[in-house]
Amino acid sequence: MFEMAKELFKQLFKKPFTNMFPAKHAPKSTVGFLKKVEEGKAKLNEPVPIPEGFRGKIAYDKEKCIGCKLCIKVCPANAFEYLEKERKVKYHLSRCTFCAQCVDVCPVNALVSTKEFLLSDYNKK
Amino acid sequence: MNPDKVIEKKDRERKPDEPVKKKRKSNSYSLSIGPIHPALKEPIRFDLQIEGEKVVKVDFELSQVHRGIEWIGTRRNPVQILYLAERICGICNICHSTCFCIAVENIANIEVPARAHYLRTIHAELERIHSHILWAGVAAHELGFDSVMHYTWKIREKVLDVMEALTGNRITKGIMMIGGVRRDINEKQVPMVKEALEYYKKGFGKLESIFLKDPVIKSRTVGTGILSRHDGLALCAVGPTARASGIKKDVRQDEPYAAYSDLDVKAITPKDFLGEVKGDVFDRIVVRLLEVKQSIEIIEECLKQMPKGKILHEEKIPKLLAELRNIEGDGIGRLEAPRGEVIHYVKMVGKEAPYSWKVRAPTYNNLLPWGPMLMGEQVADVPIIAASTDPCMSCTNRAVVADGNSEKILDNEAMRRLSVEKTNALKRRLGR
Repeated sequence: MFEMAKELFKQLFKKPFTNMFPAKHAPKSTVGFLKKVEEGKAKLNEPVPIPEGFRGKIAYDKEKCIGCKLCIKVCPANAFEYLEKERKVKYHLSRCTFCAQCVDVCPVNALVSTKEFLLSDYNKK
Repeated sequence: MNPDKVIEKKDRERKPDEPVKKKRKSNSYSLSIGPIHPALKEPIRFDLQIEGEKVVKVDFELSQVHRGIEWIGTRRNPVQILYLAERICGICNICHSTCFCIAVENIANIEVPARAHYLRTIHAELERIHSHILWAGVAAHELGFDSVMHYTWKIREKVLDVMEALTGNRITKGIMMIGGVRRDINEKQVPMVKEALEYYKKGFGKLESIFLKDPVIKSRTVGTGILSRHDGLALCAVGPTARASGIKKDVRQDEPYAAYSDLDVKAITPKDFLGEVKGDVFDRIVVRLLEVKQSIEIIEECLKQMPKGKILHEEKIPKLLAELRNIEGDGIGRLEAPRGEVIHYVKMVGKEAPYSWKVRAPTYNNLLPWGPMLMGEQVADVPIIAASTDPCMSCTNRAVVADGNSEKILDNEAMRRLSVEKTNALKRRLGR
C-alpha cells in the first residue's frame, strides 16, 4: 500500500478533484439555495464546462414547424405529440431521453439542442 | 426428524457447568444472497451451502428482472431501437447499439463506410477503458480499499470527458446509426483524445503498481475463485473471465468486425504478463488492466490510420427507414463488449418493426462459472469473486442466514465488513 499512501499524502496538498456544485458545502435546501442565487444573495459554484455539441434540453420553435411528423417517427421515447388542429407537435420534456435524433431528422431546424441541463423542477408544466 | 434439531435440543439440555462438546457433527447451512445485491449485475439469487465459512455447494436462480426490452423493440422501428438497445446496459451502451446495427446491416446488406468503421472502433475502445477502470474501482471497494476506488474513479473521469466531447453525452452516448455513426471526430478533438491517452499511459503505471504489486491485494486475490481452463471452456465463459483462465477467445481476434481486421488485436491472457495461468481473481485483474493498455494502443493506431470520407451509409433518416421497411431475413451481430461477447439476433419480415429481436449479454455466460469459482471459498470472498466476472451493479442487498428458527440478516454492509475484516487481518499478518 506504499504506492497508494504516497498518492493520498500528495492529495492532502492538492485541490479536491470533485467540483463542488452548486455550493462548496451542501445547502439545507438546494431549491432554496438556487432561489437565493437568483436574488443575488449567494454565489453559485460554477459547474464543469460543457463541451461543444452537448445534447441538452431541446428547444422547439413552433413557428418553423411544418408538421411533417418525422420527429414523432424517430423519437424512441414518444416525447412528441401531434396536435391535429394546429398541425404542429408538442414536446414533452419529461419524456425526452436527449438522444437528439429529432434534431438530426428535422428538415426545417425547428428543433435544436441547447446547452441547458439543469432541468429538475417541481413544476411539471 | 431433522438431525440438526436433535443436536440443538441436546445443547439446550446441557447443564451450565458442563463443558461444551467440541466435536459436533459437521452440518451445513444454506446462505442465500440476493435477488438484489450490489456486486451482482442483474438481480439474481444465490443459494450457497456453507460449512462454517466454507462454501460447499453453489446454486443460483436467474431471471429475476425481466424488463421486456425485446418485446418493446418489436413495436418500434430500427432507429428507435438503437436508443432502446443502449439502455440494456448503461456501461456497455456502445456495444449493444453497435451490435444491433451490425445485425440489421447484415440483413439489409448495408455497406458501412471505412471511416465509420474506425470511429466505431474508437468509441468501443474508449468504452472498454471506461468499463475496466470502473471495474477496478469496484473490485478495490469489495476488497475494502475505498481510497483506491476513489482514486481509480478519479482517473476514469478523463475518459468520460472525452466521450462527452465526442458524442454529446457521458454515458448513453447515442452515437451509433444503422450504416455508420452520427458524429465525426474533427481536427479540434484529435489532440484532446491524444492528450487523454497520454494521461492514461501515465495513470496505467500507477494503477499497475497499486493493483499488481501490492502484497495485500495479492494475498486476497491470488488463488481465490479459481476457474480452470477446462471449466471455462465447458461453461462457455466469455471475455476477460475466459481469457484469465487461459482461453484465447476474443471476437475482435476471432471474427473481426468494424476496423479490427486492419488492426493487430490479440487475445490477452495472464501468460503474457505473469508467465503462467491460474485463472484466479488476480489473473482477472491482470487481464483487465492489460486490456486498458491494449485499448490505448488500438485507439492510437486508429487515429493514425483513419481514412477520410463519409461516416454514414444514408444521411437522410426517412430514406433509411424506408429502406429498412422493405428488408426481409434474419441477421446476427457479434462483438466483444468489455465483459465479453454480445450477440444480437434480429429478424425482419418487411415491416417497420422487427419480427423478433434477441439479445445475449456476456454476463449471462459468465454466471455459470461462478459455480466452480465459489466452491470451497470463504463467505468473505464471495463479494470479490462475484465482482471479478464484472457483473453490473444493483443497489440494495440482503442475505439471510437461516439457522433453524433464528434468523440473522447479513446485509450489504455486513457482507462488505466481512471482506474488509479479512483484508485487515491479512495486513496485520503481513506486518503492514
